[in-house]
Amino acid sequence: MTVTVTWYLILAAGLFSIGVGGVLIRRNALVMFMSIELMLNSVNLTFVALSKDLGLIEGQVAALFVMVVAAAEVTIGLAIIVAIFRRRSSANVDELAEMKG
Amino acid sequence: MVDYLWLIVALPLVGFLINILFGKRLGEPLAGWLGFSLVGISWLIAFVPTVDFLFGNTNAETVFYFEWIPMLGADVAILWDPLASLLVMIVTGVGALIHLYSIGYMHGDPRYARFFAYMNLFIASMLILVLASNFALMFVGWELVGLSSYLLISFWFAKPTAAAAGKKAFIVNRIGDWGFLVALMIIFATFGTFDFVTIFTTAPAILTTGVATAITLLLFVGATGKSAQIPLYIWLPDAMEGPTPVSALIHAATMVTAGVFMMARSAVLFELAPSTSVVVAIVGAATALFAAVIAVTQMDIKKVLAYSTISQLGYMVLGIGVSAYTAGVFHLTTHAFFKALLFLGAGSVIHAMAGEQDMREMGGLRKKMPITFVTMTVGWLAITGIFPFSGFWSKDEILAATFERGGPWLILWVVGLLAALLTAFYMTRLWVLTFFGKPRWAEGTHPHESTWTMTVPLMVLAVFALMFGWFNTPARLAFDHFLAPSFALIPHPELPPIGTIVMLATLALIIAVAGIAWSWNRYHRADLPVEEGGFWEDGLNAFYVDDVYGRVIVAPGKRVSEWFAVTVDPKIIDGAATGIAHGVESFGDELKTTQSGRVRGYAAGIAIGGILLIIGFLILGGGF
Amino acid sequence: MGELIVFIVFAAVALVGAIVMVTSSNTVYAAIGLLSTMFALAVLYIALDAHFIAAVQVIVYAGAVMTLFLFAIMLIGVDRPEAYGPVTMGQKVMTAVVSVGLFAVIVLAGRTAWVTGSDAFGVPDLNGTIENVADELFGTWTIVFLSTVMLLTIAALGTIALAYFDHGPKDEEATL
Repeated sequence: MTVTVTWYLILAAGLFSIGVGGVLIRRNALVMFMSIELMLNSVNLTFVALSKDLGLIEGQVAALFVMVVAAAEVTIGLAIIVAIFRRRSSANVDELAEMKG
Repeated sequence: MVDYLWLIVALPLVGFLINILFGKRLGEPLAGWLGFSLVGISWLIAFVPTVDFLFGNTNAETVFYFEWIPMLGADVAILWDPLASLLVMIVTGVGALIHLYSIGYMHGDPRYARFFAYMNLFIASMLILVLASNFALMFVGWELVGLSSYLLISFWFAKPTAAAAGKKAFIVNRIGDWGFLVALMIIFATFGTFDFVTIFTTAPAILTTGVATAITLLLFVGATGKSAQIPLYIWLPDAMEGPTPVSALIHAATMVTAGVFMMARSAVLFELAPSTSVVVAIVGAATALFAAVIAVTQMDIKKVLAYSTISQLGYMVLGIGVSAYTAGVFHLTTHAFFKALLFLGAGSVIHAMAGEQDMREMGGLRKKMPITFVTMTVGWLAITGIFPFSGFWSKDEILAATFERGGPWLILWVVGLLAALLTAFYMTRLWVLTFFGKPRWAEGTHPHESTWTMTVPLMVLAVFALMFGWFNTPARLAFDHFLAPSFALIPHPELPPIGTIVMLATLALIIAVAGIAWSWNRYHRADLPVEEGGFWEDGLNAFYVDDVYGRVIVAPGKRVSEWFAVTVDPKIIDGAATGIAHGVESFGDELKTTQSGRVRGYAAGIAIGGILLIIGFLILGGGF
Repeated sequence: MGELIVFIVFAAVALVGAIVMVTSSNTVYAAIGLLSTMFALAVLYIALDAHFIAAVQVIVYAGAVMTLFLFAIMLIGVDRPEAYGPVTMGQKVMTAVVSVGLFAVIVLAGRTAWVTGSDAFGVPDLNGTIENVADELFGTWTIVFLSTVMLLTIAALGTIALAYFDHGPKDEEATL
């Protein structure tokens, strides 16, 4: 049995779903953020797998860009979370309900 | 050629505008003189072309100004023919005299200038009605005249009865206007235009009897409203709440004649619908008699004259009904003179009696007010139809034409004679009670003759009331010939041979004299006969016609109005509007719960949405 | 054969790490879980001939991003287990439904588009060397690359601004 691209894609889908579950179920802001990182990683995996399969290098370039953006996003996101924590000394996302309509 | 005719209408309109806007600054009596002179100038402008008709010019002209509603064939244009010129002479001539009279009569009224503004507006509206070359423009004048009438009747609007009377006049007129409008619609559907010349020349070819009957009946409904025939006459007695010059001008000489004029204009149509003519004649005769009966019982001098007007209008309508159009118009003209005279005279009396209008409180005024007495006597003689005053000639022409029809029309002739008898009776009663006998005045009344501005019009009108009849003696029907071009399209009415006419006239004269003698005998004595109870009381209440209307028509109408005001408007309409508002509000409240502010909730929403989207795309793309 | 073993082992590592991250109540354990997932993914990248990407994954993600996360965890002081109260049953059910559903839908969606074993896969005719990637990156995607440079700069500035405004203009000392 050879490893085809399908296997990688299904693995990526699985990681993605786990990431979604993590975002929905955890209330710690940092863990939620990490779940989002996991989702980004799964997308990267998809890109690279398909790049290999189609023989195009663009997939890897895309994956590179995703990483760059993820890095930038993490920087800002963590800064925000830290700033929030400073004010209320809790990282419970459920308490951040001030945008309530 | 006669392009300048628009000035006739424009001048009073200008007077209206000036007096409305600057009247207060002009003040007494300048505002009055302005109103009077503008109407007078209009008369002068119309005089020359009218004389032109007299000297044999038989061409009617349509003077075109500009297009108004091309689709309806409605242009702003004047149809200048003898009929129109006659009415213009009456409106501006009598109108000018009444304006002059009002300068003195309305002295001291706080809204002096406003009065003259409204009077000028009325003159302008009536002129539009009379000069119009198409039904649409005539209807504009028709409505404007109704408006002016309302404004003038309720001139002293602080008095609740006056305000109510104005409303009543307008509303009852409206009912008539409904008839007019439906007639207009049928006319347009049949002819495709409103232009008189087009309609009247093509009518004999196009119009079937049925359609003609429908049109003319509906036009007649409009005429009963404006010209106070049964069943829509009820507004006219109430309209006496207005100042006496208003009663003289509008409700004697001009506006109430609009219905008769309109029917005379549409003579071609009426000729094509014989059944309508029967209805018209019957209604006219019945009104003449009924109103005369009521007039016998009235105590207020103006009310007597009001019912007298209704009765005389009945005569005119009877004339129209027997296809004696020129006779009807002739009576219209003589009536304008003597009725305006009588009203102005009554106004002079009321003025002298410091506002008293009940004849039982008058008496013996002939020594104190000689000019008024003499001129009123002329008017009295004219209306009772005594030779050789004008009323004699015009009334008899109508009765002669009715008689000539023969057969069942003779009934109407007899009714007309009865009405003449009663007319003589009640007018003599008025004359005697006011001017003869011992004075029955209240304390402190000092009757005196009125100023020249009031007596001069009386004198001028008296001259016309005496003489005008001589224009249409059976020997030389000059008036009928004058009007002939306007009625060129219909067959000439038949008058009996001269011998029969003389006999009929003598009969009418005898009846009139009998009426006068009976009334004189009854009222010229020291003690007035007691006129109370039974017939007298019923008559005083106009035989309760108003009450019947009130209960049958007005009260249910009021209930419907109330239902609308109390139930429909607040609950249903407002309820719907606020209900929508509430619905939107509660819907918004429901939606608000999705904005919980909780991040995970939002994330869940995104995830679920994403899933649904993917499923959606799969279905659309046929992936399953 | 070797590829198969590599795949199975490191796929398992990645999945386990992900599950650990999602379920662990200790935040530091969660971070470690993610870290291991990232390392496993790096290995998988190498198996896919994406050498450069694998290296960048380790350097940037595992090295910088996760380090940042751990810094933040320590800074906030949430290195002790969470004590937030239970998650309601309804939320658990919904989460399960959503994630499983998402997985199912994605697999279904890709079902017809799954590239089922092309011949090219087994043959390494694609070389993810740094030269190839650089050629593509600085050739066709130059402007995009420069935009990401701007993005990173802005992100850095944003972070500084957040720290500054949080303290207020008076406070000038940086805290750690």
